[in-house]
Order: sequence, then C-alpha cells, then structure tokens
Amino acid sequence: MLNISGIENGVVLDHIPAGMSMELYRYLHLDKLDCQVAIIRNATSQKMGKKDILKISGPVDHIDLDVIGFLDHKITVNIIKDNKVVEKRDLELPKKLVNVIKCKNPRCITSIEQELPHVFFLADEENATYRCKYCEEKYSKKK
Amino acid sequence: MLRHLLNPMDFSVEELDRLMDLAGDIERNPDKYAHACDRKTLATCFYEPSTRTRLSFEGAMYHLGGHVLGFSSADSSSAAKGESVSDTMRVISCYADIAAIRHPKEGAALVASMKSTIPVINAGDGGHQHPTQTLTDLLTIRSLKGHLDNLTIGLCGDLKFGRTVHSLIEALSRYEGVRFLLISPPELRVPSYIREHLDKTGHYYEEVQSLDDAITSLDILYMTRVQKERFFNEEDYIRMKDFYILNKAKMALAKEDMLVLHPLPRVNEISVEVDDDPRAVYFQQAQYGMYIRMALILTLLELEV
Repeated sequence: MLNISGIENGVVLDHIPAGMSMELYRYLHLDKLDCQVAIIRNATSQKMGKKDILKISGPVDHIDLDVIGFLDHKITVNIIKDNKVVEKRDLELPKKLVNVIKCKNPRCITSIEQELPHVFFLADEENATYRCKYCEEKYSKKK
Repeated sequence: MLRHLLNPMDFSVEELDRLMDLAGDIERNPDKYAHACDRKTLATCFYEPSTRTRLSFEGAMYHLGGHVLGFSSADSSSAAKGESVSDTMRVISCYADIAAIRHPKEGAALVASMKSTIPVINAGDGGHQHPTQTLTDLLTIRSLKGHLDNLTIGLCGDLKFGRTVHSLIEALSRYEGVRFLLISPPELRVPSYIREHLDKTGHYYEEVQSLDDAITSLDILYMTRVQKERFFNEEDYIRMKDFYILNKAKMALAKEDMLVLHPLPRVNEISVEVDDDPRAVYFQQAQYGMYIRMALILTLLELEV
C-alpha cells in the first residue's frame, strides 16, 4: 500500500479512469507549473475497481476545468483549502474549447495560420460532438 | 452596426426577403441605383482564381457607381510574403469600405472578419461556404418559380466539396416543404454535418446515385462541377469528373417546368445542347448574381436609395 499525504491547498482530481492521469497531466499542462503534483495510478476504488488520482498543490486558478470536463465529466474535482475539502465541482461538457484539441482538417485555415487559436464548439451534447469554429470539421469523443 | 456575410444563415428569412426585393427593384430600375455607391470602395481579396465571382462583385460595385481595388491571386498579395489573413484585412480596412474575400482554406472569411472594421463578404472559403452564390440561387429560384417553399430540388455532382451545395441546402432548409434529392457518387456524398442539419430540421432528403431516376420528380435541378482543385489525388478526380452529364435525353425525362441551375463555370457536366432549352437558366442565374451582390453591398453599407 502506497501512502501519499494530503495537500494543504490545491486541487484533487479523483475518480480519473485508470490510465488517463498522464493524458490529463498533458492536457492541463501540469509539466509547465512550478508546483508539487502527485500522480497516483491504479489506486483501488470500490466504484471503479481501479482509478487514477491527481493531487496538485498550489493555486487552482490555472486549472482549466473545461478541459477536465471535456476529457471525462465524471472526474471529481475537490478544491482543498487548509487541509479541508471546501468545494466539490460538478463538471459538464464545455460549450467551447480553446486550444485543447486541434483541427485536423487539412483544408482548415488553422492548418496554415499557426497563430490562430484552435476553437471548437459543442455541436451535439448527446453524442459529445464538437465542431471547429472555422471549418465546422467534426471532432467526436465517441470512437 | 458592422455586419458581415460569412454564412447564408447570417441573414434571417425576413432579411433575405428584403434583400431579394431590393435586388428585384435594382433589376427593374437600374438607373435609380447608378450612383448609390459614389465614393465607396469595394476591396476584392481573391486568394485563389475566380474570374466569375470576382467580376460579378466588381460589376456590381461599378453598376452602383463605386470603385474597386484588390488582388486576384495569393501570389499577387502579401500572403506570398507570409502575411496572415487577419493582418491583410486590417490593412485593407484602411483603404476600402467593404471587402469580398475568397480563400482556398475553410474559415478564412471568418478569420478575416474577426479583426476587420469594414463589412466582410465571404466569396467562398475552400469547400466550406459560398453564401453569395446561395443568395444568387435563391433569387433565381424565387424570381423564376415565384416561391421558395414546397419545391423538390435535386443537387447533383460533387456534393462533398461543392460549397455552393452546402450553403444552398442550409438556406433552403428554412423553407417549408422543400424536399432534397442528393444525387452523387458514394465518394462525393454531402458531409455529415449537412445530413445532421437536415435530420434536425426534419426535411425530407434522399441520397441517390441515378440522375435518370431522380430527374422526373424535380422542380429544380442544381448541377455542379467536379472541381479538380478540391482533390489531392489526380486519379480520384479523373474517375469522378464524368459521372454525371446532363444532355437532351435526360432533359426529356424532366418536368416541363423544371429549372436547371448551375453555379458555373460548367465544364462537361451539362452538354451545350441543353443551353437552348428554356428550362436551362444558368446564364440568367449569373445575371441575378450581380443584382443580388448589388443589393448585398447596399445593405451591408447601410445605404438607402
């Protein structure tokens, strides 16, 4: 059994599907932050069997909750202050994504103008389908 | 208020009606509008060749008494030096009162509009949208049929990359009782977002391959060209380009009052023998294209005559 201590101030992302924590780490650009990050993989979970957990120490303003909602809206977000959970945030599919996913349409203007932000809008909530703001190319989370 | 035309859906049905009424008045009373755009300048920013659309815009502005400046290929613009569309449009905003942009990349007109201080008209962005062609098509149909609802329209040819088709379907889907027959080879079917759109609006549509079978029930046949520049692969283009050819024999199967439209230029998908058929209205359509662009320029510049 591995023991990792709690954090005083920060955010704990719980109930991450096992194996997804590194993907989340990259999407949240945690490698660029100068704070302590604990990645716990394959922790035992009654609900999920196995799960990943991310503990991020420090201010939470820079954490893009939309990205987490996009990756998996069932992930639990716990905001920690003075060693206590002060808030649990519910996530949903974000209506708009900026620079989270890239448009892969070779005919899209973003393919030649590198400085343009890659913006996607939620087109169909039921099927978790997003469309590029510029060319309307589809991006579906469902494989 | 600064307004652009990027997508045919940018105008409400009521606004489209007003625009088409204005185009009709311009057609009947051209002299009345001959100086409506005195001292106004249109910039035509064409990053890919398009003689027809560019000349239609230029003709429209000249008939309104205005001026035109611009470029007709990316090579002759600062894009060749690597300037972004957004920067180019900010500069052009200093020289002109209104701009029409054509670009091979999808979404380029939207990008142009984001930093522009003058109205931007999308004159075609890759395989995506071509709203002024749609306005032309709507005006042609309304002028010659008298209405836009309760029509059966067949769209034939390249429905995948044919941006005029996408725009027209979206625009006509706002009218009741319009039925769509989407006639194409399987490789050139309409993109999924168009099918999703029609599913949402509840319009009847059917995807078919045979023009002969479909033509008998049509009120409008909208032919399109298979465009070489939309293919990455020459072999695919050669395989697709002769899939549909409208000729006298096929026209004999159609209703007596069916209209044949085509955004032009036509290559070989409509045989020249069809040109003399009174149902072939694609050259009239080009004339309507100039009237609707005149009406659009006046509307976006908020000029009243």
